[in-house]
Parts: sequence; structure tokens; C-alpha cells
Amino acid sequence: MSSVGHSMLRWFRGAGVSEPVSATAPGQAPPVLRHSAGLVEFMRLVDGKEKPSILDLGQTSPVNISCLTELGVRVYNEDLLRAFQEKSYMVRRPDGVDHFDLDAFFAENFAYGDGQLDGILFWDIAGYLPEPVVKPIVERIHKMLKPGGAILALFHTKDAGPDAPYFRYHIRSSDTLELVQGPNFRLQRVFNTRHVENLFRSFASIKFFLGRDHLREVLVVR
Amino acid sequence: MWKSRPDEKSASVPPAQPSLTPSPAVTSAVPAKETIKSSDPFRVDAAHIGKSVLIKGELSGSEDLYLDGEVEGTIELREHSLVIGPNGRIRANIVARELILHGKVEGNVQAGERVELKKSSTLLGDVSTQRVVIEDGAFFKGAIDIPKETRTEARKVINAHAGGSSSLSVTTPPALVDPK
Repeated sequence: MSSVGHSMLRWFRGAGVSEPVSATAPGQAPPVLRHSAGLVEFMRLVDGKEKPSILDLGQTSPVNISCLTELGVRVYNEDLLRAFQEKSYMVRRPDGVDHFDLDAFFAENFAYGDGQLDGILFWDIAGYLPEPVVKPIVERIHKMLKPGGAILALFHTKDAGPDAPYFRYHIRSSDTLELVQGPNFRLQRVFNTRHVENLFRSFASIKFFLGRDHLREVLVVR
Repeated sequence: MWKSRPDEKSASVPPAQPSLTPSPAVTSAVPAKETIKSSDPFRVDAAHIGKSVLIKGELSGSEDLYLDGEVEGTIELREHSLVIGPNGRIRANIVARELILHGKVEGNVQAGERVELKKSSTLLGDVSTQRVVIEDGAFFKGAIDIPKETRTEARKVINAHAGGSSSLSVTTPPALVDPK
């Protein structure tokens, strides 16, 4: 087994996390710890690869970077929602219809080679993205992943409601995520099972992990 | 030129601060206006480039540097520390022993020992170092790579540069240096 594999095994065998670590900002819900079977499966898929590359699409998380780099992972970070927050890629055509300028978006984001990544932490970002970009982004992700590469995504169920707070996801242990309330992004869309299956139709496999809260974890393998 | 103004001598700039050897055109640049805080030992001991200075070209040196201005080009301090202040706006690849970032960097960072991103910082580029410290609130877009052999190689670099004189030089076309 590779040294990365040994590191991960040590991590898997490590002591569990019993309480949240992150501080709470005023007016925000306290951090919540959540068991994540999807994370366990995700890391198992990445384990054993020589210097695996993982892209975290959430807000820059010192916890995740620290955790993953300690495991010997090459970590990429790209805050997708912030990219949309800082710059609108909607442009008005001469006929007065607004459309999303995908070329402009991909010129400034997702500059990865085909098959460059072993894993992508997609979190629940799909639900907060402008709807026209979700499918193109998933298609691009498909290209960026190596065959056998994995995506860990989370989707809110319909019970979450449009005011579901946006959370940042910190990896606290091999099977535990810490959910910390983040910026006030508004949930754009709820994906049901069929939506998710259609979204990742070009991938080799999709595995759902149901939780007791309003989140479903999905592990997608190219 | 990046020493403090005469009226800032009362601030805690040590008299033994290493000399700088910039090109003549750089000498005309506006001197640093930042007040050096005696509570920050790094800023006291390091060479200082103020927030009004813009450098286009290659910035290299063999002493620690506090940089609060703008740089476009490359920065190479090898075995020394670089602190980029909150006003620092860097569009350059950086090679240093240690980088502490408060401002903004667009470029790749290669630090032999450590990279520290403060909460106000933005880093757009790839990082290769032995240790990374990131404060919550920092923005990072790029890759972080912590090669196992970095420590050994960094030590070799340090040894290779040991014993050199303490100096900081800026190699740049004179016309490209603009005091802001």
C-alpha cells in the first residue's frame, strides 16, 4: 500500500470527533457534526492512489486543506459560489434576452486538464448555483476527473425549503463533517433523485446515502 | 530608498538595517510611509517596501522583506522571509523560505518552509511548501502541494546561499518603475 494509503488508514483508525470545533458567528446557527458515509466512500476511492489530486469547490476551508494535505493529497481549491457572487456572467444579447456566458466563465474558472483530478468535493453547491450553469459545470467536471475518479455531492431534500442556510463543510474526521453556517446564499433549486440521476447520467455510477436531516449524500464515480 | 523617511527614524528601525541596492531609477520612488510597529519584530528587522511603491521586474534579495506595495514580475528571496502587508498587491511568482500574506497575490508561491495566509489575504495561484497555515476567511484559488522532499531541498538551498551578503536588489527597466 502506498504511503498515502498508510496515512489514510491511520486517519480512518483515529479517534472520532465528538463535538464541533469551529466558532459560531453572531446570529448564526451553531456548527453541527454530521456522520458522512459518503465521505468514507469518497476517501476509500481516492485512497491508494499515488499523490491523489482533490478539488474542493467550497469556500476556502483551512480545516479541509490541512486534513487533506496531511494525507498526502494535492489539494485544489476553487470557491465556485464566490466566483458567481463577485462577477455576473449573465450578458444581454442584442435581442434583449439574457443568457449565461459560459465561455467567459470557463475562461476564468476550472482551468484543469482532462483527467487531471482524482476527486471533487462538490458539497451542496449544485443547489445554490444559477440553474443554467449546473449541467455545463457537471459536464466539465466529468472531463476533469480521471476514470474512476469520484465526486462527493450533497443535495437538499424538498423539506429543506428555499431558506435553507448555506453551510460550509469541514472534514473533521474520516466519517464526520462539520457543518458551519456560511454566507447567505439562497437555495436555487431542490434536486430529486431523478434530477440527480439525469445530472450525472454520463458517469459510471451513482450511489445515494440517505441521512436523517434534509441532506442526501451522493457519491458519483466517473 | 525603502528605508523610512528621516522623520520616521524615531520609529524602531534598527540602524543596522541592511543596505538596499536598487537601480538609480528606483531610488526616485516614493519612500515607505508605513509606520513600523515596534510590536511586530519581523517588520522592525526586515527591509520595508511601502504601499506607495510599484515595482515592475525582478525583485530579489538576501534579507527578510516586508512588502506593502505592488509588484509585477518575480520575487526571489530564497532563504528569507517575505511578509506581504494588507496593501500588498503582487502579480508575480514568489520564491522564499517563508511567506506571510495579508494582501493579495496572483502567482505561484514556492516556499521552502511555510506559507501563512491571514484572514484578509487572497492567493490566486499554486503553492508548494512544507507547511501551510490558513486563517479562516482567507481566499485561496489554486493548488497546494506539500512534497515530502521539500524540506531536504530547502535545506540545501539555504546552505548554498549561506554566507552571502545581506542585500536586496531590484532588476527592472527604469521606465517601468512608477512611484504612485
